[in-house]
Amino acid sequence: MNKVAIIDYGMGNLHSVAKALEHVGSNARISVTSDAQTILQADRVIFPGVGAIRDCMAEIRRLGIDDIVAEVIRSKPLLAICVGMQALMERSEENDGVDCLGLVKGQVKRFANARDPETGDPLLLDENAAPLKVPHMGWNIVQQTEAHPLWAGIADNTRFYFVHSYYVSLAAGEKAAGMTHYGVDITAALSKGNIFAVQFHPEKSQHGGLQLLRNFLAWNGES
Amino acid sequence: MALAKRIIPCLDCDNGRVVKGVKFLDIRDAGDPVEISRRYSDAGADEITFLDITASHEGRATTVHTVEAIAGQVFIPLTVGGGIRTLDDIRTMLNAGADKVSINTAAVFNPDFVREAAQRFGSQCIVVAIDAKKVSAEGEAPRWEIFTHGGRKPTGIDAIEWAKRMVRYGAGEILLTSMDRDGTKSGFDLALNRAISDAVSVPIIASGGVGNLQHLVDGVLEGHADAVLAASIFHFGEYTIGEAKQYMAQRGITMRL
Repeated sequence: MNKVAIIDYGMGNLHSVAKALEHVGSNARISVTSDAQTILQADRVIFPGVGAIRDCMAEIRRLGIDDIVAEVIRSKPLLAICVGMQALMERSEENDGVDCLGLVKGQVKRFANARDPETGDPLLLDENAAPLKVPHMGWNIVQQTEAHPLWAGIADNTRFYFVHSYYVSLAAGEKAAGMTHYGVDITAALSKGNIFAVQFHPEKSQHGGLQLLRNFLAWNGES
Repeated sequence: MALAKRIIPCLDCDNGRVVKGVKFLDIRDAGDPVEISRRYSDAGADEITFLDITASHEGRATTVHTVEAIAGQVFIPLTVGGGIRTLDDIRTMLNAGADKVSINTAAVFNPDFVREAAQRFGSQCIVVAIDAKKVSAEGEAPRWEIFTHGGRKPTGIDAIEWAKRMVRYGAGEILLTSMDRDGTKSGFDLALNRAISDAVSVPIIASGGVGNLQHLVDGVLEGHADAVLAASIFHFGEYTIGEAKQYMAQRGITMRL
């Protein structure tokens, strides 16, 4: 029996992640939970997240999820998804600046690579200086920048489904597992010991996403 | 290397059945939204939009079950619209497995609802549906207004100003339907779509009027749409999603193939 805990801290749609795991893992027992014991006794843990980072971090701290995640990554595989990935970083620019868990070194930045000359508002422009929409919403190419068990059976440059307005920029020394370009280069996936984190939504990325979840169910951590 | 434009088939459902059904190949049950969603997903649809037109209260429970069933089998984004009026409605649909909800009339009657919804659930899951109709006369500068009740009731609200306001309030995406073109198969209202897409920072889904694959291309290239929504051309088997994607890709549009 493969026990999987999906950490529930009250932010967003965990049903999709659970359903996708059930679909790929016939022997997986999935719990959606904030209970420390259940999480620490699982074989592997998923750390999801949607919505605004300030609210997410407030709930993570209130429920003691910060300590649980720190404990989990010492002993078992953790897959962080979307805002879950961002929460692992040191700090996010969202909501006027929010301190995050600092388990991976780097910042979470607003999509921007230019400023409006009149208003001074941040802008995101493509290579032809045409404005790009934010949020970054839809299917984009992920270039695999390191070999990792979670990429097994997934072709390089497969498209995954993204929806986010802020992106992870890793500090020197941290390792991106996948990169995507949208006006700027963004960390689409990172790996660090027992952590694998993705900015996209594997549970909404059809074949490639389901394969990544299947790989996670078979991964024993530390690449 | 670029973000792909999206093709979104739309299912109109009443009491858990797809209205009018679909007529493409060898489908077992032409009215079953779960099977149809799965078929579209397999065919390469980038998302599914489920529009609930159920009037009765009892029917709403059926809708929730249908959304749960789709979400259990289809692993691409799912938007649910129709009858979303309260924060509880949103929570119910998200818990059932919807990734986004589409708010239409409720936003017109209570714009703050959009703000509350975005604050509570995040902009990424709040789509504001805008039904717009041209109100300027021939020869005048074009102007569009928001209409409710399936395009029958004018509100006097300027469509472009409304779109900007909804984005300010936290809409993460706009589903824009031209009520002049809906059902006509004469193509999107490209001027309307372009005016709104260029005025706001969030993605626009063009809707209303698709009759052939060139209309989808025009929606992206001339209407500046980030995604195109269509129902009948796919439901009645005139074109497959795969054909639509190939056609668009051949004309230089980035697609997920």
